[in-house]
Amino acid sequence: MAATTFYDLDHFRADFPILCQTVHGYPLAFLDNAASTQKPADVITATKKFYETGYANVHRGAYWLSEQATRQYEGARERVRAFINARHVEEIIFTRGATESINLVAATWGQTYLQAGDEVVLTWLEHHSNIVPWQMLASAKGLTLKVVPVDDEGRFLWEAYQSLLSSRTRFVAVTHVSNVLGTILPVKDIVAAAHAVGAKVLIDGCQAVPHMAVDVCDLACDFYVFSGHKLYGPTGIGVLYGREVLLQNMPPYQGGGDMIASVTFEKAHWAGLPYKFEAGTPAVAQAIGLAAAIDYIESIGLSAIAVHEADLLHYATQRLAGIRGLRFLCPAPQQTKTSVLSFTLDCAHPHDIATIVDRYGVAIRAGHHCAQPLMQRFGVPATARASFGLYNTREEADALADALERVRGIFGP
Amino acid sequence: MKIKDDLRDLYQEVILDHGSRPRNLRPLPGANRQAHGHNPMCGDALTVFLKVDKGGLVREVTFLGQGCAISMASASMMTEMLTGKSEAEARALVPAFQAMCTGGKVEESPQDGLEESLERLQVLSGVRQFPVRVKCATLAWHTMAAAVDGTDTASTE
Repeated sequence: MAATTFYDLDHFRADFPILCQTVHGYPLAFLDNAASTQKPADVITATKKFYETGYANVHRGAYWLSEQATRQYEGARERVRAFINARHVEEIIFTRGATESINLVAATWGQTYLQAGDEVVLTWLEHHSNIVPWQMLASAKGLTLKVVPVDDEGRFLWEAYQSLLSSRTRFVAVTHVSNVLGTILPVKDIVAAAHAVGAKVLIDGCQAVPHMAVDVCDLACDFYVFSGHKLYGPTGIGVLYGREVLLQNMPPYQGGGDMIASVTFEKAHWAGLPYKFEAGTPAVAQAIGLAAAIDYIESIGLSAIAVHEADLLHYATQRLAGIRGLRFLCPAPQQTKTSVLSFTLDCAHPHDIATIVDRYGVAIRAGHHCAQPLMQRFGVPATARASFGLYNTREEADALADALERVRGIFGP
Repeated sequence: MKIKDDLRDLYQEVILDHGSRPRNLRPLPGANRQAHGHNPMCGDALTVFLKVDKGGLVREVTFLGQGCAISMASASMMTEMLTGKSEAEARALVPAFQAMCTGGKVEESPQDGLEESLERLQVLSGVRQFPVRVKCATLAWHTMAAAVDGTDTASTE
């Protein structure tokens, strides 16, 4: 399939102005896409154009410019709805990012419907943002957190998950794809099993939406969250999808303007969906930028991107495997993961690795990747992580491998 | 293979040696000063132990922890050079070393007896070309300062 797919990589790279620079005298090889992605000119232009020609506050002004801004903002919401195939546009809540989306669900649905003794199920693969909000809620309400383990290849242990589910399980918060390992979780089955015991499910889709088509109706999940900036869109914008019936029966997250129908000093009446959850002036330009990012990646096609990234993953795995002393954090089968490689070198700490390869233009992440429990699971304090996006090249994987040889040149025998 | 000069400055032989074989990396029974330090950005953490006698003289310093070559080397070198110094001298080295790492101004002339220590620490000054790594070099020192000051924990943030 790869051979028959035409992927105009040079053209796509040219869409990203930031990529054509040198860093410390070397061409930039940006391999930290799991942390955040660069922005195509379409996103930059859409944001700039909005500020130059269409900007005003939304949902209030009885004047032409505000109508235009509102139309564009609501157009972005519809764009997101179609992107994840939600049934209703009212089910799309704009937030500051996935972190806020998860906190919103914990603070509203969780606060209202969970009680002492209830169990919330997480996995070892979670990012801190899908652990800490539930810990905070658990300690406030006396909930119990249960954690699904992973095997030595970083795979979700299905039997262990099933054994943790019971009538006490009220909520399951699970990542779609691991940000450290790239492991893709069987979220559709996870949702079905949780629903069978009457639990609701939130899926953290940050690491999934840039790499694969997501259909929230097909998954049948209750909540799905992701961030704009990992999807080639702006920072400061994220999405919470929630099933309409659930959102209707949740209290507001924050109080303020835009989220009310009417206010007296005695009482406020909440606005309808989705505005009940969007207090204050929203990130209008960022929402428009996110819609432009979605248009952009869909113009390439997520299936084409997936094929390209699978090729990069395969190639980079081969190159890195040839480096003496390099150990992948876990050797998950390639067909079950996205284009992320976490590794260590026997001779150098991940921070030293990242500092040195940066001097050769290669940007990778070093550290715990906001997933300290997973680091503990694999017995390392930190790893180096290279993560590939739609614009990366085999030459950039070569640049990483060459730079890693220089790390050996400094540290190794 | 040619290695860039700024990297050679940072990863000098002395640092690689201390980084790969840290001295005094062990607990210290009978320690009467100790503190835990951590760098929230990277998750590196270490504990510094001191044994200070009644006259205020540092008799022994050890540390436990794990981290990058820079943080390990800096901690290792620190434990070696503090032995025999007074607590006040040990404490006075912290701002002087911090200034060296950031390329900031060293205040006045350091106390007598500290020039030699600072000279030995010059091998770590290459870190000033790598601003995000300064905290790796200074973590052990902030932790030692916390131990001497009687606070339990130090953070580079």
